[in-house]
Amino acid sequence: MLFKLSLKNMKKSFKDYAIYFFTLILGVSIFYIFNSMETQTVFLNVTSSTREIIRLMIGMLSGVSVFVSIILGFLIIYANQFLMKRRKKEFAIYMTLGMSKRKISQVLLIETFLIGTISLVVGLFLGVGLSQFMSVLVANLFEADLSEFTFIFSEEAMIKTLVYFGIMYVLVMIFNTISVGRCKLIDLLQASKKNEKVKLKNPILCTILFILSVGVLSYCYYQVTANAMTLTISSIGWLMIMGAVATFFLFWSLSGILLKVLMSMKRLYYKNLNMFVLRQLASKVNTTVFSMTIISLMLFLTIGILSSALSLKNSMTANLKKLAPIDFQASKEWNLYDIPAINQQQYVYTEEEKADSLVPITETFKKLNIPESYFKDIVIVHYYGTDEVTYETTLGTEKEYVSQNFPAIRWNYRELIMPISEYNALAKLLGSPTYELSDDEYIVIADFDQMVTIRDEVLKDKPDVSFGGKTYHAKYDHTVEGFTEMSSNHINTGIYLVPDDAVNDSMMMEEIFSANYNAKTEEEKYQIENAIQEPAGEGYEQGITTLTASSRISIYEASVGLGAMVTFIGLYLGIIFLISSAAILALKELSESSDNKERYAILRRIGTDEKMIHHALFLQIACFFLLPLTVAIIHSIFGIQFANIILATFGDEQLLPSIVMTAVFLILIYGGYFMITYFSSKSIIKER
Amino acid sequence: MESVLKIEHIEKYYGNKGNLTKAIDDISFDVNKQEFVAIMGASGSGKTTLLNCISTIDRVTSGHIYMNGEDITKLKGNALNRFRREELGFIFQDFNLLDTLTAYENIALALTIQGKKAKEIDEKVLDIAKKLNITDVLKKYPYQMSGGQKQRVASARAMITNPMLVLADEPTGALDSKSARMLLENFEYLNKKLKATILMVTHDAFTASYASRVIFIKDGKLFHELRRGEDSRKEFFDKIIDVVTLLGGDLNDVI
Repeated sequence: MLFKLSLKNMKKSFKDYAIYFFTLILGVSIFYIFNSMETQTVFLNVTSSTREIIRLMIGMLSGVSVFVSIILGFLIIYANQFLMKRRKKEFAIYMTLGMSKRKISQVLLIETFLIGTISLVVGLFLGVGLSQFMSVLVANLFEADLSEFTFIFSEEAMIKTLVYFGIMYVLVMIFNTISVGRCKLIDLLQASKKNEKVKLKNPILCTILFILSVGVLSYCYYQVTANAMTLTISSIGWLMIMGAVATFFLFWSLSGILLKVLMSMKRLYYKNLNMFVLRQLASKVNTTVFSMTIISLMLFLTIGILSSALSLKNSMTANLKKLAPIDFQASKEWNLYDIPAINQQQYVYTEEEKADSLVPITETFKKLNIPESYFKDIVIVHYYGTDEVTYETTLGTEKEYVSQNFPAIRWNYRELIMPISEYNALAKLLGSPTYELSDDEYIVIADFDQMVTIRDEVLKDKPDVSFGGKTYHAKYDHTVEGFTEMSSNHINTGIYLVPDDAVNDSMMMEEIFSANYNAKTEEEKYQIENAIQEPAGEGYEQGITTLTASSRISIYEASVGLGAMVTFIGLYLGIIFLISSAAILALKELSESSDNKERYAILRRIGTDEKMIHHALFLQIACFFLLPLTVAIIHSIFGIQFANIILATFGDEQLLPSIVMTAVFLILIYGGYFMITYFSSKSIIKER
Repeated sequence: MESVLKIEHIEKYYGNKGNLTKAIDDISFDVNKQEFVAIMGASGSGKTTLLNCISTIDRVTSGHIYMNGEDITKLKGNALNRFRREELGFIFQDFNLLDTLTAYENIALALTIQGKKAKEIDEKVLDIAKKLNITDVLKKYPYQMSGGQKQRVASARAMITNPMLVLADEPTGALDSKSARMLLENFEYLNKKLKATILMVTHDAFTASYASRVIFIKDGKLFHELRRGEDSRKEFFDKIIDVVTLLGGDLNDVI
């Protein structure tokens, strides 16, 4: 009997449940898709280093999944409480008929179970279906070729989805039982009679708070853009808290102010149903300030995460061509006998390693059975250093600021020095500009943005540098962009270029070997790469050498993998945030549709055209959806710029496609929820 | 006298062949201009169905309703809505005011949906509010008003468009006796001074005694008709009570 009742209830209120159902199914399928990533990548034909990154990504995705499941859990419980509210009258009828609270709880239990089961089954089917498409995207992002189509099904992901969502549904059941237990019959019976009280806010207070919150937000915007480079981690945290609080008060005051302003525009206000729409909207914003804030911030995060992740990925690939222009580079610490204890950090070198540090790289290659014939265009350069030129002596004037940004800095660490002729030889190979120096000049090259800012500040006064009994003047009053070691990012924190005779062998600290592979095709290069990798690794494991090596291929693969990883995590979080916020808005709107139904019926009775009513409904829902989005977009404009400055990796041309992609996601998911909400509301207020 | 509303042999059936309910069973009557007509009947007698048919909220099964010569049973869609907002004014038992709007805005709404200009709206609202003595509640929300005030605001909304006919469905049903009396006096004022034609449905003899004519309905049929003529309200009330007694059972309980 109870089962029948539950089933009938569900059928009857399917329209109200539609969006809840839709959200559950989406949640389940997305959860499945991202957790089945392991199975999706198994079939990919990728190198071992990419495989390593994929393993890392899967680990991170499953970590993120825990976070995602918490968000989804909150969403489901919240949505369910909404639906419970709508059914107070129904419960009241059961109770007046003598049904015990326990029985009502049982009805709800069965309902939740049914909804849970159906949504899980449908969601999993959808997820399995969509993951087939997803695997194409995966292959594309990892730049692996998907030779043939394989049907992918991950049992592990399915079980994980079942367990996680099972726990959520059990939580919903518990919450339902609690809230039924708390119900009082009198409240239930009067639930539908409640007359909405329009709380009017003090307009002066509203105006003050509005101006204040706009002011605070502008300050935050200014800080994260114009002053971005000077921010410390803790001040960024403060700015975020300030921004969130200001957003809350913005919404709080906005509902009052907006109404006041629009009311004074009489011609607009007293046109068609405008005043009705505005009042509806104002009362809704009034009662949902907190949710509005949360939704707006979630949308902001979504836009930020999606666009940053996508452009980070794009720019990583774009940077590579410039930052990894040659095939191979190896470096080796030189003369470890002479390195001061502080430079060795925690690691204490063995006697073997110390001895090895006096062996040139070319000799080491011979020891490791790497023939020189593998290489062409060989350039060997060295870093020199002296205790006379340390961070203390060069950056001492900016000590406070530097410590704030780089708390781990070691002030007695030697600056890297390179003779100009060696640098020019390397620059030619790397395709960078070369420089001329006279006898008493020096140049600083760097490309790590934060360090460039600091060094530029120091170099403004063109300070002299003295070592080995000679003094050198700065050639430029700023740093010059450049690098000596390949990487996927701009990481050169600064190298002093000095005349050749300023250094001598005793100052040598590190040797760097740069070359191209002696091969014509990409395939041959891969062969050499593999041939080097093994003996080099062995030598390192046996402690024969302190050689470290990097190659264009490995950097490229790591970068592509990292880009793909960032993209996936961004997509995962972004989509979940989007769904959550859109679903909350939709449920809020729909849960009030029964009140609205009465209002629209009144409008109809006094003879309002159907078209006007639909227009009013559309306007009301559109504004309700657009308000948090607008605030989120304004936040994002500055947020993305901040990310741009901090990550310092992507340029504007990288940003545009990712913003377009983000917009597509927004329109699809958020717009989809909006349309569903509009059509469901329309059918709810329809006259029978 | 010129008739505003002419009802000819209307019938309204509910249900199907096997189980037919005749809510209205062949009713005909006229309402003249500037008349104040009350329709009385026990619950289930079909009086609300009759009102719904006249107000075009419901459709008749057969018969015709003419308003100023136009057959409103033939109207459809937007023509129906236009007719409703321009030719009719409504007053309901439960006021039907929008709880999110102030009294002023509730009254103005009837004009904004006709596409009237803001300035014209303002003049008209203030004018009708003065006449109905609700100027001081114009800025209040429904939840801040008493039942009587709400119903007067609803009356103002019904009257502001200068409708051909005002339809009132149990207007005193949710009011205490003092507010009811005040509202009915307002109705008299609307009828006599503003020359409004009012058709009111009620089951309360006291409320009906304010009308100039009372039509009694029983089981969907016309039962009796009383005209006030030169009677005082007390005499008219006594006459109504007599008919109500004749009508039988149910109604006695309510009085």
